[in-house]
Amino acid sequence: MKKIYDVLIIGGGPAGLAAGIEAIKTGAKDILIIERDSVLGGILPQCIHNGFGSVIFKKDYPGPQYAQNFIDEVDKLGIEVLLDTMVLDITPDRRIFATNSIDGYLELEGKSIVLAMGCRERTRSQIRIPGTRAAGIFTAGTVQRFVNIEGYMPGNKFVILGSGDIGMIMARRLKLEGASVEKVIEIMPFLTGLRRNYVQCLQDFGIPLVLQHTIKRIIGKNRVEAVEIIKVDDNFNMINGTEEVIACDSLLLSVGLIPENELSKKASIAIDNITGGPYVDENMETNINGIFAAGNVVNIHDLVDYVTEAGYIAGRNAALHALHHQRRGLNRISIERGKNVNNVVPQFINLDLIEDKSFLLQLRVNKVFDKKVKVEITEDDGTIIATYRENYARPAEMIALKIKGDKLSHVVSKNCYKLKVNVTEI
Amino acid sequence: MNSVKDNKYFDIIIIGAGIVGAMIARILSKYKLNILIIEKEVDICMGASAANSAILHSGCDPKPGSLKAELNVKGNKYWKNIVNELQIPCKETGSFVIAIGEEELETIWHLYKRSIYNKVPKIKILRKDEILYKEPKLNPEVTGALWTPTTAVVDPFEATIAACENAINNGSKLLLSTQFKEFIIEKNKIVGIKTNNGDFYSRWVINSSGIYADEVMHKAGIRSDYKITPRRGEYLVFDESKVKLNTVLYPVPNKEIGKGTLISTTTHGNVMIGPNAEFIEDKASTETTKSGISEILKNAKRLLPSLNEKDVIAQYAGLRATSNLENGDFLIEISEDVQGLVNIGGIESPGFVSAPAIAEMIIELLKQAGEKFEEKENWNPVRKARPCFRKLSHLERAELIKKNPAYGRIVCRCEEVTEGEIVDAIHSPVPALTYDAVKRRTWLGTGRCQGCFDYPRVIEILARELNIAVRDVTKCGNNSNFIFRRTKDVEIIK
Repeated sequence: MKKIYDVLIIGGGPAGLAAGIEAIKTGAKDILIIERDSVLGGILPQCIHNGFGSVIFKKDYPGPQYAQNFIDEVDKLGIEVLLDTMVLDITPDRRIFATNSIDGYLELEGKSIVLAMGCRERTRSQIRIPGTRAAGIFTAGTVQRFVNIEGYMPGNKFVILGSGDIGMIMARRLKLEGASVEKVIEIMPFLTGLRRNYVQCLQDFGIPLVLQHTIKRIIGKNRVEAVEIIKVDDNFNMINGTEEVIACDSLLLSVGLIPENELSKKASIAIDNITGGPYVDENMETNINGIFAAGNVVNIHDLVDYVTEAGYIAGRNAALHALHHQRRGLNRISIERGKNVNNVVPQFINLDLIEDKSFLLQLRVNKVFDKKVKVEITEDDGTIIATYRENYARPAEMIALKIKGDKLSHVVSKNCYKLKVNVTEI
Repeated sequence: MNSVKDNKYFDIIIIGAGIVGAMIARILSKYKLNILIIEKEVDICMGASAANSAILHSGCDPKPGSLKAELNVKGNKYWKNIVNELQIPCKETGSFVIAIGEEELETIWHLYKRSIYNKVPKIKILRKDEILYKEPKLNPEVTGALWTPTTAVVDPFEATIAACENAINNGSKLLLSTQFKEFIIEKNKIVGIKTNNGDFYSRWVINSSGIYADEVMHKAGIRSDYKITPRRGEYLVFDESKVKLNTVLYPVPNKEIGKGTLISTTTHGNVMIGPNAEFIEDKASTETTKSGISEILKNAKRLLPSLNEKDVIAQYAGLRATSNLENGDFLIEISEDVQGLVNIGGIESPGFVSAPAIAEMIIELLKQAGEKFEEKENWNPVRKARPCFRKLSHLERAELIKKNPAYGRIVCRCEEVTEGEIVDAIHSPVPALTYDAVKRRTWLGTGRCQGCFDYPRVIEILARELNIAVRDVTKCGNNSNFIFRRTKDVEIIK
C-alpha cells in the first residue's frame, strides 16, 4: 500500500467503481477504492431484483450482476481496493484517516479524492412515529440485507410505511419468502416510487396500497404487535376518527434516503440543504479543490445507471486534477431551481471550461405531471437558452439531461451570473 | 439458617439494580458484607434510571427542608468525586432557569431564595445579555435567569453500570433476570426472599425496586396505603451536528409539571428535550405519544425557538415513581412494622442525583439499627473505563488496534463503535446480553441511522460471543427477538 495516491475513492458502490474505472482510463496511475463492507458493489449485492442497467447496458440486470460488470473491470484494470475499511476523517488538504482490523490505523493522502459514500435511510425517529420501542421496527434496507444477504427472516407479518422503491420491492420479496404484507401506507397523495414497481411488486402480488395515510402509533412491548394507521388531509394533519389498528409483527420503513455526508462535513465541504449533498460543479468537484463527489452522496438517484454516469464524470475530473492540476473555472455561474423544480445538480457551471463539452444536468420536479412537460433553462433575464421535452414528470423520477456545451456559448459572451431550470406543462 | 447453602446466604439483598440499588451496592461493598443484587430484567438500569433527564440537578428546585432538597444538594457534591472514581463521562455544564417576561422573573427571585435555603453553592442571577452571551440561540425575549454552575450532565447508563461493576469488582453478586416473588418471613422478621431463580436468605432486604417499590412493601404486609403511580415523561434527542447547546436550560417551574420541559445536552453531545408529565396506570407503558411529543416540542421551542423537529434522531419515555405521600417527598426508612426491611420509595426527580446521598443515608440508618460495618482493607473505589474508540486521538487509536485488531473494525458507522468495544461490553462484569444492552454501553446505534447499518452485524457478534442461535438474540430480553427463522425455512409460519 502506498502513502500517496493520485485518486482516493471513498466508497466501492456504483459511483466509486465508475470513478475508479474512469480515473484509470483518463491516465491516473495510483488509485485506491476504500470500501467499508467486505465486498464491492455498495448496496447492489443485496438488490437481487432486476431493473438495473437500462441506460448504460440497454439491459435489465439484477443488482449484483450490474455491480459485477464494474467489479470485474476494476479487477482487470488492476485498481487497488481496500475492503472492510472505514474512513473516519478527511481533511481539506486531502488526507484521510481510515481503519480496518488487518492494516490497522491508516493515514493516506490523495492528489484527488472522490466521495462516493452513498446514502442512508431515514428512520422512525426522524419522522417521529410515536409508540413503543419494540423489536420489529426496521428500515427497508436493513430487512433487505437480513433476507437477501444473511438469509434471515426478521418477521412474518409486515406493514410497510412509504411507497418508495425499496419498500415496494421488499413487499414483493417478503411475500415470496412466505411472509404476509398487510398494507403499504403512503402519506403523500401519490406513489413516491417508480410506477413499474407499483405494478410488478404490489399489484401483481395483491398487496394493497393506501395513499394519504400514516402511522399514528406503534403497539407492542417487546416485539411489535400492531400499528395504528390514520388518514391525513392535504396538509398531512391526521384526521381523528379514521384510525385503524392492523395486527403485525414488523413495521418496515421506506420513508426516504439521506445522502451520507458526515465525512464531507469534516473536510469543510459545503452542503446543499435541498439535496442534502455537496454543492458540485459540472465536473462533480465540490467547493474544496481536488475533492469530488458522485452518486447518492450528492443527490438521491432513482436509477443506478445515472449514479454510474456521475461516477464517470467525477473519476475523469479527479484524474485530470491529479495529473495536470486542472484549474478550477474562472467564470463560475450557478444553476438554480426554478418553477416546479425541487432540486438541480450540478449547482455550478464553469463557463470557461465548458467549451464544446457537454454536461449532465439532473433535476427533480416537486409535483406530479401526468402530461407532457418542457424543461427550460433560462438566463437570469429570462432568455431561454435550451428547451427539452419529457412525456411526463414525477417527483419520484429524476430527469437527467445531457446539455451540449455550445448551448452555453452565448451565455459566456453575456454577463450572466446564474441560470434557472423551470419545468412547465405544455 | 444452617441448612442453607453458602451461595444462598447473604448479609444484605438489594432488590432492583437501578441507580439507587447500584449506588447502595457500591457503598456497601466497602464493608465486610456479602451482598446480592437481584434485577428482574435482562440488564440493569432498565427502569427510571435509564429514561430520565440524565442531569445532576443543583438542588435549587426541591422544597426546603425536604429529603429531596437535602439529598439532592449532597448528592450533587458526591457525584463530582464519583464520576472520577468510576471514570464515567460528566459534563459540568451549569444550568439556567430561564425567565421570559416580567412575571417569570419574580419566580426566579423566589427560586434564588430557595436555593440559598437549600445551600446550593455558587448561584447567581444573570441579566439578559450575560445569558445570551452564554447561549446565543436562546429566545431573545429572555428577561433573566438563575445560574447554577453545579448542574452537570452524566450518562445514566454508564453511571449505573459503572457503579454496579464497581460493586461486583469489590465482591458483590448480581443476578440478572431474577424477579422477586415474595418474602420469607419468620416471626415478623424478614429472613429472605423467593425469586424465579430460587430462594435467597439475608439479614436485611433493601427494597429499591423503583416504580414497583409499593408492591414489594405490600408483599411484606406493610404500608398498604402507599401507592406509586407512574408519571410518564417523554423525550426527544436531536442530531448532534444540527443542534448545539452549552448548558442545561430549565423553564421556570410550575406546580403541575414540576421542573417542566428542559433542554439539556447529553455527555455524547446531543441536545435533548423533555419531559412532559402524565400519570398513567400501566407500569410497563414506556411508549411515546403524538400529543406528548408535540407538547415537549412546543415547550422547548419557547426557550430555543430555532429547534427543528426534522433534526430529531431518537425518542423515548420514562416513568417517574411518584408516590401518594402527602408531602411528595422520598420515602427512605427502615420499616417499623416488619424487621429486616429497608424501603426506598417515590424516587422521582431529583432521584438520580440524590442516589449517592440516599446510599449514604441507608448506611446511617443501618448503623442506627445496630448493624456493624467493618471496612475491607482492599476496597477499590476505582472502576476502570473500557476503551472508547471514537474519543481517542489518531495515535491512541493506532496503538489500540495494534494491541487488538478487533478495535480496527467499525461496526456502527455513525458513532464509530468498533467490534472490540462490543465484545468488551458482552464480557464485562455486568454482561451485555442483548442489543439494547450493547447499545447502552457503547452508544452504538444511537446516531443518525439508529442502527440500520449495525443491526445485522451486532446480532451476529452477540450470537457468536454468547454462543446462542441468531434467532435467540433479543433487543431487550423477553420476546423481543429480531429474527424469526431462516429464509426458505417455512415451518413456523402459522
